[in-house]
Amino acid sequence: MKQVLHLRVNGQAHELYIEPHKTLLEALREELDLTGTKHGCELGECGACTVLVDGTPILACLALPIELQGREITTVEGLAQGAELHPLQRAFAELNAAQCGYCTAGMMLSAKALLDREKNPTREQIRDALAGNLCRCTGYEKILDAVARAAQETGDEGNK
Amino acid sequence: MLRLPPFEYHAPRSVEQAVNLYAQHGADAMFVAGGTDLYPNMKRRQFEPKVLIGLGALDEWRGIVKHNDNGVTIRAGTTLAQVADSSILQTQYPALAIAAELVSTPQLRAMGTLGGNLCLDTRCNYYDQEFSWRQALGFCMKKDGVICMVAPGSSRCWAVSSTDCAPVVIALDGRVRLVSPRGERVIAATDLYRDDGIEYLGKTRDELLTEIILPPADETKSIYLKLRRRDSFDFPILGVAAALRFASNGEIEHARIVLGGVGSRPLECTEAARILVGQKLSREAIDAAAEAAWKPARPLDNTDSTHGYRKKMARVYVARALEALGEK
Repeated sequence: MKQVLHLRVNGQAHELYIEPHKTLLEALREELDLTGTKHGCELGECGACTVLVDGTPILACLALPIELQGREITTVEGLAQGAELHPLQRAFAELNAAQCGYCTAGMMLSAKALLDREKNPTREQIRDALAGNLCRCTGYEKILDAVARAAQETGDEGNK
Repeated sequence: MLRLPPFEYHAPRSVEQAVNLYAQHGADAMFVAGGTDLYPNMKRRQFEPKVLIGLGALDEWRGIVKHNDNGVTIRAGTTLAQVADSSILQTQYPALAIAAELVSTPQLRAMGTLGGNLCLDTRCNYYDQEFSWRQALGFCMKKDGVICMVAPGSSRCWAVSSTDCAPVVIALDGRVRLVSPRGERVIAATDLYRDDGIEYLGKTRDELLTEIILPPADETKSIYLKLRRRDSFDFPILGVAAALRFASNGEIEHARIVLGGVGSRPLECTEAARILVGQKLSREAIDAAAEAAWKPARPLDNTDSTHGYRKKMARVYVARALEALGEK
């Protein structure tokens, strides 16, 4: 039976009228038209649907909106500030870290959580933070490079 | 898109409410904590509960509490990430922090709970498949069918215990608290498991696992090693938990070695432990214990990699675990 749920996504409050068995992934893509969050395996094995809940990466395909009321959800659409890209988005674009791009949104959110808690992450920390995000195109090196570049950039901005 | 089957959802605020809700709905209901095991299984139609009792909103559901005697209680809803990051566990019960850190991926460790990992459904290549795949093959006895695809002549299911934390909690002499409307009981962690792929838990379905209780670590050293194809993702195809307590003269006073991923329940290597007690951790003692540990391991051809390799690696990993404890 459908019921009214309240979700905060990218700083905006939304009222949804959905069934309790709809996952966060379905709610984002099909109710809120936030299709930046990708559906990959839908079984918790690929990381394509990674979003942040109160700053922590989780999988939208295995989360229920009914359990996330009152929490702050961040999707890839919440990264840019208006026309200003997030340093991660800039770095991914400039270093060609996306090929088919399907894993990119999830990668960037896992990386954002890392950069928010660790200003100067080591290569190892970046690898650990992205361990739950599969990429079938790039071989990962450019993705790791892009996160390192973004870390450097945000670190530099912080030092100004 | 793979979607969940419809269900009615309840979010009780107390353990009492949770177990009473279960009593009300009976076999139509299931408890769910992090959902990282149950929801994929529901999407594959391995479970189709009409009622889900979500445990995330329970008061006092998360947290690690130190006892006066230096033991600890870990509430069942503590996430695997919290277990892995706990400084008490890292220093006193390192095997448990290591095991939690090795479960799946950062996202799933942030969602999944210790209680959920201990109750993880047994796994099998013929069971963990989508409905249409299982239907095309004619279904196995664990869900919707009558035969075992791995051992067609067998009268039982051989799905594999694939929890990383259970072997550790058993090796650490842990106990678990189970609560139902009939009351509560505390049992040894080893008694939480049965050697059957379908009825793999030694608790009734209406009992809720609420706490994991570890005795004081004292001088016990512990470790967990995990074998899998991809180091950042997979379930164990072999897990080795070892806990040794040394006397002041360097002799082993107490030993437990428990294997995961080799049968329908965690496998305790009692003979290997018996060999170690009263010995110093010499090369000879390690080799003798490893030799004794791998014999009872009987992995079948129903997980990743070959069962012959997994059995051989049981000896190698037990030896490595003991060597690492000797170096600590």
